[in-house]
Amino acid sequence: MIAPDLEHLLRELAPQVLGAVVRRFRDFASAEDAVQEALLAAATQWARQGLPEHPRAWLVTVASRTLTDQIRSEVARRRRETLAAMESGYVMQAADIEPEVSSDDTLNLIYLCCHPELTRSSAIALTLRAVGGLTTGEIAHAFLVPEATMAQRISRAKRTTKDSRVPFRLPAAGEQTERLGTVLHVLYLIFNEGYSASWGELLQRNDLASEAIRLTRLVRTLLPQDPEVAGLLALMLLTDARRAARIGLHGEAIPLHKQERSLWDRRQIDEGVRLISSVLPKGSVGPYQVQAAIAAVHDEAVRSEDTDWPQILALYDILQRMSDNPMVRLNHAVAAAMVHGPGTGLELLANLDSDERLKGHHRLEAVRGHLQEMSGDTQQAIASYLNAASRTASLPERNFLLEQAARLRLILKHHPVRRQG
Amino acid sequence: MKFILMMGMKADAESKSKGIMTWPKEDIQAHIAFMMSLNKQLKEAGEFVSAEGLAWPDQAKLIRAGKDGTPITDGVFPESKEFLIGYWIIDVETAERAYQVAARASAAPGAGGAPLDMPIEVRQILSGPPDEFV
Repeated sequence: MIAPDLEHLLRELAPQVLGAVVRRFRDFASAEDAVQEALLAAATQWARQGLPEHPRAWLVTVASRTLTDQIRSEVARRRRETLAAMESGYVMQAADIEPEVSSDDTLNLIYLCCHPELTRSSAIALTLRAVGGLTTGEIAHAFLVPEATMAQRISRAKRTTKDSRVPFRLPAAGEQTERLGTVLHVLYLIFNEGYSASWGELLQRNDLASEAIRLTRLVRTLLPQDPEVAGLLALMLLTDARRAARIGLHGEAIPLHKQERSLWDRRQIDEGVRLISSVLPKGSVGPYQVQAAIAAVHDEAVRSEDTDWPQILALYDILQRMSDNPMVRLNHAVAAAMVHGPGTGLELLANLDSDERLKGHHRLEAVRGHLQEMSGDTQQAIASYLNAASRTASLPERNFLLEQAARLRLILKHHPVRRQG
Repeated sequence: MKFILMMGMKADAESKSKGIMTWPKEDIQAHIAFMMSLNKQLKEAGEFVSAEGLAWPDQAKLIRAGKDGTPITDGVFPESKEFLIGYWIIDVETAERAYQVAARASAAPGAGGAPLDMPIEVRQILSGPPDEFV
């Protein structure tokens, strides 16, 4: 068992060290093994003898030495087999170690883990492993797959980064926005996985939300001037602040307007609001910043009925112009209904029916049910809720929708006149 | 996204007469080797969650709780009833990938090495995140 302080330090140093070692040796898989060995050595040695003067340099040196030894014995083996196969270049490169680390190494490592050639799940796993420092077992547990499967997924991802010959350097100026976009998307997905955990997996998966926040903070220290990084961090903080209020005692999902707002984390809300307020005026507004601003408006309402819906609608207008995302159009319709009444919202939904990406989507039907209920069309609302329930891939969401339909059936039984409003 | 791929079998006499119990040894071995290799490939692809074969349908029991909670066994099944005889749970990027794996399993070799063309039922496991915000 290592002391929490030491464990924290090692987790913080791990991606920096790995970044430096990958840069020198250009082999992700062996670099990672060597860094793991160095971290293990540090955990035992530092606990007994205290920290070395330069912990990071110590780790880089030890990991590099391990790798150099491996390469030397590999070269020696090959030399015994055929002299011609000697790869002296490797040895020269490896022997000449300067254990200095730059913050670019960490950023490089993040870009490498979130490479566009990787599948979504591979990029997530690799980022959590190499940058987050989670063990393969921890990641497997969080995604509810066997450890061996996760190990394969990670090693395949490493191989892909090696085979695709992705240069281990910062992306060129022209591609930086796009590459950073992929990084932020991966972090966002990790957060969403944790945030939207079903009740049975709640404890272990909540850690993913915290981990995503920690990693986004790290990216922010590396790119302090980027407003979208700040926007994403603010969005995560403002959303995660509602964590304690969004799941009921029996694991049921509680929608925003029914949450007990005193359970919201004020400290996280304050930090998120401060952050988004500091970047928005700078003028370079992107989708994460707008989403954070919307989350902030929700979080600042003391009661649900105090929500400033006109402002939320205005923000969705902006967001809709920025991205052609069908979910944005859907949320825009909800905001429009809150401002102009359910009729307006339902008209907007009718337009969305022709969008192939949303056709028959459970979320579209759930929103339709909600707006039909608002307009008093109880019968249709029940049908829409049930339609949505049969299409969702989330168990808590299905339970929630089934309960909505059941609640309306009860109303209909007692007030049959409300059949058509 | 996680999916369960379910392999079914009818419990009637006709299915039995064509089933694995009547195949020559090398066909049985080829069938088993195919399944093992499919599982191995799923593991290597980082998609494998679990796979199990089940005891044969003629060993199946249907249980209900009686009035006092004691189990009541229903041992007689309708002739045409289809039984689950094995399943895979996989974690893949898309539904299309799950269908692809199911199609491979469906084509497992049977008698004489010809593809069995078994029906495989593919169902998504409710583990997807609810998309609460964009």
